[in-house]
Amino acid sequence: MIEFKMPSLGADMDAGTLVEWLKKPGDAVKRGDIIAVVDTQKSAIEIEVFADGILDRLLVEPGQRVPVGTVMATIREPGDLADAGLPPKAVPSSASPPAAKSSAPVAPASAPLVAARGEPRATPAARRRAVELGVEIASVLPGPEGVIGLGEVEAAAGARAPAKPQRPGGISFDEMRKAIGAAMARSHREIPHYYVSSTLDVSPLMAWLEAENTRRPVPERLLYAAPLIRAVARALMDSPELNGHYVDGRYDPAEHVNLGIAVAMRGGGLIAPAILAAETLDLAAIMERLRDLVARVRGGRLRSSEMTAGTATITNLGEGTADSLMPLIYPPQVAIVGCGRIVERPWIVDGKIEAAKLMTVTVAGDHRISDGRRAAAFLMNLDKLLQSPETL
Amino acid sequence: MTDNDIAKLVQSALFAVAPDLEGETVGPDVPFRDQFEIDSMDFLNFVIALHKATGIEIPERDYPKLESLDKAVAYLKAKGFAQ
Repeated sequence: MIEFKMPSLGADMDAGTLVEWLKKPGDAVKRGDIIAVVDTQKSAIEIEVFADGILDRLLVEPGQRVPVGTVMATIREPGDLADAGLPPKAVPSSASPPAAKSSAPVAPASAPLVAARGEPRATPAARRRAVELGVEIASVLPGPEGVIGLGEVEAAAGARAPAKPQRPGGISFDEMRKAIGAAMARSHREIPHYYVSSTLDVSPLMAWLEAENTRRPVPERLLYAAPLIRAVARALMDSPELNGHYVDGRYDPAEHVNLGIAVAMRGGGLIAPAILAAETLDLAAIMERLRDLVARVRGGRLRSSEMTAGTATITNLGEGTADSLMPLIYPPQVAIVGCGRIVERPWIVDGKIEAAKLMTVTVAGDHRISDGRRAAAFLMNLDKLLQSPETL
Repeated sequence: MTDNDIAKLVQSALFAVAPDLEGETVGPDVPFRDQFEIDSMDFLNFVIALHKATGIEIPERDYPKLESLDKAVAYLKAKGFAQ
């Protein structure tokens, strides 16, 4: 009998709320099947099963919030007999630790526009902003179309003193901020970070991309993030000390680069699901995965494997932001690559001043595994790859 | 097709790529980026949605002409979209 437990979907998760079961007892399940949806503090996550068998018993009910590691269901392996009346394992339904936060109402991240019973119609973005601003959605006057939008929420928030943030549904920004805080406090406390950075000339990359996008029909155009991710994934393959997991005093370098992509959530917060085996994907495939990940961060669901399999992370600030950043590593990973926005600046090439498009890339590494030299070698390698974008 | 119809089309393209904004009032002259934290991926998807809805080829250098509702309507009209 296999115990299916509430997984830890990242360093920042200590408990999760079951939203729904997607399989019922007696159903055959295969490794990789999605069998449940769990709400974490950040997002609704589809939980995959890691073994083949028959779903035996469900021990947690939708709406229950249980700590990581709680047995949620049992799965019969081929050869196991059906569970013959053994007393069920204690369901830690009331097992939320006493100090735990009260459980959030169950609602997927992508709440549709329809109103919950007795609630006014409001857009999901407005609901989130209401949470953020501590505005009770029921107290907001709808706009001219009878729908509460961001503007109505903001007006309502401005009209009175801010209250303690509440959680009418969807993701709690309060909880998410706590989760990010807890994970980053752990990172800061446990990981002896070092930082190494270089300013890279990305003019060739941007010139190539412009030509490429002129040639490509609209739906096939690329964002510079795609070749950047590809180059980072390839360079990480040559830097095993920056790509892997450090668990219980032991470092496991990874075979593939499962590259976590830090995606900002509208309204605040950050989540970093991984593109699996990114080094094996071509530009079109990376672009497709990226598009899909962003869409699911915005309004859909992420999968458990995407949340746990990341072997390194990239955080790309993008247009209209800042020149550089010094990110914190996401445990159990051992490195994170931070890319600043691209800026045009004077640059000296062969003794002459030229206008160049520059990007400052910073690597945070873990001193328990490597030294700055490794990160410097990674940056030189990355630079080299970016100088020949046509080979990416 | 009236300006209003085109504006509706632009808004539905925006909501298609940012479903959590569905139903929001879109300020006519404020860039989408500033109004709704639209990032480069959202924006590209928005351009793709406009392209699919109108059949107009939109070169990358024209992206700034689509940054707000009013500008996008003017751009589509200038490109001859009025079916």
